[in-house]
Amino acid sequence: MDKDMYILGIETSCDETAASVVKNGHEIVSNVVASQIQSQQRFGGVVPEIASRHHVEQITLVIEEALAEANLAPSDLDAVAVTEGPGLVGALLIGINAAKAFAFANGLPIVGVHHIAGHIYANQLMQPMEFPLLALIVSGGHTELVLMEKHGSFKLIGETRDDAAGEAYDKVARVLGLPYPGGPHIDKLALESDEAVDFPRAWLEPDSYDFSFSGLKSAVINYKHNIEQKGGEVNPSHVAAGFQQSVVDVLTEKTSRAAKEYGVKQVIAAGGVAANKGLRASLDAVFEKEGLPFYVPPISLCTDNAAMIAAAGTSMFVSGKRGTMEMNGRPGMELVSWND
Amino acid sequence: MIWLGIDTANMPLSVAIVKDGTILAEVNSSMAVNHSLRAMPVIEELFATVQLQPKDIDAIAVSEGPGSYTGVRIGVTIAKTLAWTLKKPLFGVSSLKVLAANAVYFDGLICPIVDARRNNVYAGVYEFVDGGLTAIAEDGHFAIENLLDVLASKERPVLFVGKDVAMHEELMKERLKENAVIAPFPLQLPRASSLIFIAQQSGQEENTHAFTPEYRRIAEAEANWLMQQRKDQDNE
Repeated sequence: MDKDMYILGIETSCDETAASVVKNGHEIVSNVVASQIQSQQRFGGVVPEIASRHHVEQITLVIEEALAEANLAPSDLDAVAVTEGPGLVGALLIGINAAKAFAFANGLPIVGVHHIAGHIYANQLMQPMEFPLLALIVSGGHTELVLMEKHGSFKLIGETRDDAAGEAYDKVARVLGLPYPGGPHIDKLALESDEAVDFPRAWLEPDSYDFSFSGLKSAVINYKHNIEQKGGEVNPSHVAAGFQQSVVDVLTEKTSRAAKEYGVKQVIAAGGVAANKGLRASLDAVFEKEGLPFYVPPISLCTDNAAMIAAAGTSMFVSGKRGTMEMNGRPGMELVSWND
Repeated sequence: MIWLGIDTANMPLSVAIVKDGTILAEVNSSMAVNHSLRAMPVIEELFATVQLQPKDIDAIAVSEGPGSYTGVRIGVTIAKTLAWTLKKPLFGVSSLKVLAANAVYFDGLICPIVDARRNNVYAGVYEFVDGGLTAIAEDGHFAIENLLDVLASKERPVLFVGKDVAMHEELMKERLKENAVIAPFPLQLPRASSLIFIAQQSGQEENTHAFTPEYRRIAEAEANWLMQQRKDQDNE
């Protein structure tokens, strides 16, 4: 790259209103996130209509702050990258229409980014990606193993057949009476616990890289039910530890097996659940033993943010991808390679 | 002064560019197409038609609702983003008042209606006084039966405006008898030029960052949550 390239990223696919400027696809110049967690906690989960209402309140402020922190004017930008999907459609539409209006007003090109491509490219903000690369994406909406042979090339080798890992965390947290979002609470209880209930692991077929967490969730509910029927009391820490061990074991084993089979040079984890300390420790240990570089972005880049969207958007922009003023929210968007 | 007006609050889409009291171009449509697919392309097309650049406009007016939650948010998001990044003043106008403006010379009450499903409507009651529209009642979300009872008690002719009026026409005539007047189809759709006109006449400049739609209804989850809070308080 001869000249520095600045891309504005915008992300509103769920309950974070975020904007960021990224330089040359890997250097964060600004990264602003307005979270709705406090408001959404009242409902024990994200209510789509509430999320959309918050986004429309925050969107221009967040973009303005991202530009101000970067000390850049719109005319200094090369393009606008925005999350096109998947996500909550009403929420996506706020970021998309703000991005389109901003791009139109300032004569900038626009790029529509897949949210998961964003999570993967969060790693590019920490260290250069090396290919072939295996990415484990774990969040409230996704549990996927993706193989990348080069930039912008994605091959799905495994995914959840029912609940996403983060969804299972939230549901089990609710069963244990823990506040929303449940993941961090279970993680904390699990790490403090000296004992763990033995829950099953869903390995599926021996050669499968797919995941399943709904059986585990049911096992937790049944366990609690049985104990309570006998007049006993459930120890939430022991349940959390057992549940977390089951999830972490399956994620670690499948990721490690896929890394070997595909002979990758680098393994990365991404998505909100990648912030889980138990999962990080387990993956760290396995890949250290195998001598394979394993990276997880810092927590602020694991949870939803716009820097990751700008990073992925830069790769798309460089490959010549462009969106149009007709861009719509795509709640069920599939991850498609932009560099075949 | 060059104004851009945008209305996506309900199924109809209207965008207009007005210069010094003259409509340069206006697009009106009413199709079951997501506003995210149409709104920005129509805005872009309109600027090309009148051979202006976005930075050439002096002010933006937008329909602030009530109406379809997603629809109104698309227009409001576009309008506030344009106003903020172009550093132009932003004016929000009631979607119902825009509809009422289609019938300003009517001698009686003007009742713009937007269907809100399950026998509910968003409606306002306006009157044309001294060359402008005066709100007789605050825009709101009403059960159609209750609204018609109140209107019937006024014992004055009421002109119903909006493309959803047809859904409730029978009931209107039953309750208001000869006082129920149904606006003909050319007056059905909100027009962004009217929106601009109202903003010029009586609009107040908004704080662009803080500007949000007038939903006229709290979200269902929030309503349930408030109800639970009250119950919990009563039980304490």
